[in-house]
Amino acid sequence: MAYHKITFTINGEPEQIDVPSNMTLLRMLRERLGITGTKNGCSAGECGACTVMINGEPVNSCMILAVECDGSEIVTVEGLSENGNLAPIQEAIMESGGIQCGFCTPGILIASQALLNRNPNPNEAEIREALVGNLCRCTGYVRIVEAVQEAAQMV
Amino acid sequence: MTNAEINERIPKPIGESKPRLDNREKVTGAAIYADDLQFGNGLLFARILHSPHPHALIKSIDTSKAEALPGVKAVVTGDDFSGFLGLYLQDRNIFCRDRVRYVGDPVAGVAATSEEIAVNALELIEVEYEVLEPVLNPEEGVKPEAPLLHPDLSEYKVANFIFPQAGTNISNHFKIRKGDVDSAWEKCTTIVERKFRVPHIQHVPIETHIAIAQWDETGEITLWASSQSPFAQRNLIAQALGVSQSAVRVIAPKIGGGFGCKAGVSMEALVVAIASKTKGRPVKLALTREEEFYTAFVRQELIAYFKMGCDANGKILAMENTYYWGGGAYTEYGVNVTRAAGYSSTGPYEVPNVKADSICVYTNHPVGGAYRGFGMPEMHTGLEQCVDELAHKAGIDPVKIRSINCVKEGSITVTGFKMHPTGLSKCIEETAKAIQWGQKSPASAPNKRRGKGTAIMWKAPAMPPNAGSSAWVELAEDGTVNVGLGGQDLGQGAFTVMAQMAAAALGVPYESVRISSPVDTRYSPYEWQTVASRLTWSMGNAVVNAARDARRQVLDLVSEAWDEDPENLDIRDGVVVSYKSEQEQPLKNLVIYGLPKPDDQGWMGGPIIGRGKFMPTYVTGLDPETGQGTRSVVHYTTGSQSVEVEVDLDTGRVEVLRGVSAFDVGKAINPALVKAQMEGGFVQGMSSALFEEIKMVDGFCQNPSFVDYRIATTTDAPSDLQSIIVEVPQDDGPWGARGIGEHPMVPTAAAIANAIYDAVGIRMTSPPFSAEKIYLAMLDAGIVE
Repeated sequence: MAYHKITFTINGEPEQIDVPSNMTLLRMLRERLGITGTKNGCSAGECGACTVMINGEPVNSCMILAVECDGSEIVTVEGLSENGNLAPIQEAIMESGGIQCGFCTPGILIASQALLNRNPNPNEAEIREALVGNLCRCTGYVRIVEAVQEAAQMV
Repeated sequence: MTNAEINERIPKPIGESKPRLDNREKVTGAAIYADDLQFGNGLLFARILHSPHPHALIKSIDTSKAEALPGVKAVVTGDDFSGFLGLYLQDRNIFCRDRVRYVGDPVAGVAATSEEIAVNALELIEVEYEVLEPVLNPEEGVKPEAPLLHPDLSEYKVANFIFPQAGTNISNHFKIRKGDVDSAWEKCTTIVERKFRVPHIQHVPIETHIAIAQWDETGEITLWASSQSPFAQRNLIAQALGVSQSAVRVIAPKIGGGFGCKAGVSMEALVVAIASKTKGRPVKLALTREEEFYTAFVRQELIAYFKMGCDANGKILAMENTYYWGGGAYTEYGVNVTRAAGYSSTGPYEVPNVKADSICVYTNHPVGGAYRGFGMPEMHTGLEQCVDELAHKAGIDPVKIRSINCVKEGSITVTGFKMHPTGLSKCIEETAKAIQWGQKSPASAPNKRRGKGTAIMWKAPAMPPNAGSSAWVELAEDGTVNVGLGGQDLGQGAFTVMAQMAAAALGVPYESVRISSPVDTRYSPYEWQTVASRLTWSMGNAVVNAARDARRQVLDLVSEAWDEDPENLDIRDGVVVSYKSEQEQPLKNLVIYGLPKPDDQGWMGGPIIGRGKFMPTYVTGLDPETGQGTRSVVHYTTGSQSVEVEVDLDTGRVEVLRGVSAFDVGKAINPALVKAQMEGGFVQGMSSALFEEIKMVDGFCQNPSFVDYRIATTTDAPSDLQSIIVEVPQDDGPWGARGIGEHPMVPTAAAIANAIYDAVGIRMTSPPFSAEKIYLAMLDAGIVE
């Protein structure tokens, strides 16, 4: 297996590592960098638990190869807070009660933050559309949607 | 005690919507789940070779080529382990020994230095099978000529309330014979008879099953697992391996959803068995999403026949219900699903004449297990449609017929149990009011039809009569509290609720209580399993008892030091106060170092540690021929749901516009968490009603992926969900509380089906109620052309 040297930023910090050609971004994060907040729910791009932001866009990290991220800015759930200060979407989802088992939460937070970045004032339909690729089996989604609406008000 | 009296005595923070204890770790990515644990370079990766046949004999297995592959550290088969596994009926080996019984049955396991090598090794294992005829349907499976799946059924160990029938595929037959059904039919003015089929579905936790096992040189076994049942896993795995329970240590980190599939034992035993041959190196087994769909537990299939009749006033006089449960290849857990459906077989109604048979049948399908509600959603799907139909045929309002017949305090239930106080009538009223029952709202388009439907439910914790809980409460130098317990927070918020209870019982602020987690069977106190919606009630009682024990120790010490009657002392906000002398003493320091003696010559007291337990002692057996007894269950949680749907006549698509839930939780310890269960349960129930089915063809699962097995997404779930809390206290619940985790998905499929009937006049007898099925049914009925 050929290895490739790639350079990128992860949650604002520069990194340079060698990765095999077939390693997904998800595996690189979890197994090479030890950044385990991003979850693996299906390895097939269907559940959204592994959503991260690449250059501001939400992406299923199980569906992209690490080598494709050379030169990218990657943000995971660990990168949403700054200096221990939580982002509004993190505060809002705690407040609304949109968390149960928490396994989908990192992907939901990233997808929501990406939505708020491109549309600071989304309506309910836009929120539901933006999160349609993030499966949650616990909450019934109501409080997650509320959290995004609240976060939009907080910004 | 009256409701008002109990409410007066309820201390803070009981009844307050405190934030979840695990909020911050879950929003920052810091929460550790099984797959996040780090084991270093020594970690091995396991993969399982599954049976490719629904039913076959294993003639030979040759693992030599796999063993020779570089990087392979262990290969195990059924030859290595002869012990049996099972919660209520020990009917499965860890790996198949002579026979495979479903596509997915574990035949061999490999541990290797990488997942890729393990996968390659599986392909080198050569198995010769003699293919046998499968049983694909429970009604076929009970016939005398059906192929036998478990010829040794009579030799399996079984709990004394489960009744397998040797020489058949029936692993349990629960009977109700109450009153005289045959003569009751003559008195009925209206009778309804219908057949329903509820297919297998899967729990679909977003985190698949993951377990890591290590078997060290001293024989100590450690299992880290995404688990609802660390103590049951310790017990069952120890039994299967023939080792001591205390040699098995189970550690249960955060769990990414369970809903019953991570209760009991499934794949955890496989990885422990493989680790027995890796010389102390830890081994990880993570199910793929495809494996999750059919190699762990699924929900049992149900084929149900209902007959029920009422008199001219709408009083239900008789029911005759037969449930054929497709239990799958092993029914070690499923036999008790069947039993629960039997002793609750009338639904939440008082019916004087009942004949019911709930029959668990082996089939060559995936293994049926516990799924949220444990037999109740399946059974209520048909039952609550029949009650609806009975109302329509008898010319009585469907809500009214439920109010007339539903169980009330003092009703004699199907098993002869005198019903405890229950708020079911209130729940029915509340949901009818909230949905504006009887008022039809206009459809959003000319090609659409709107309808409303209601269904009600009951469910008791299904468990052995003596399932126990225990807890300890200790305090630190700063007066903060650490609660030890053995149940699991699956996301329902159990740890938060336990912290609230400990704070209330001890007299300290909620913010100063921590839960000692992850649960570790070596250090945590015993808990049977996190199932059956039993934690708030059972583990809650244990935690409250432990906190009260610690409180008593503190007050005894202070009363001696201050020479005061303990009756005049209290702990408020973490401070011991005397109502008599008005002295005050914060808990900090005194709970570790004690207090100086009044004469200052030495110290008294010492570290405070409270202990508590709870186990119901009043559940009696039921007669095996009639199902009658004094007290079949600990209690029933009851509730009602009403929905409004819109059906598209052009496509058959159903949209759920609104859902209203009301459940009697006894006392909501944390109302926000109770409502979150009602919302999440409603959407899971809605998803099972509209989308979900494990499509089985000739014993093969056709749709093991999220593309082909759809669950509800943000755009499917309604935004208008209303949750109403009803509180009629449970006599032995902490502050009157009883469970609510499972109940909200029990009536949902029936409520939606009843709303579809109200909208377009068709009865849907088999979920999922897909657009295609509804359209074809409308075509058949001449509603569309």
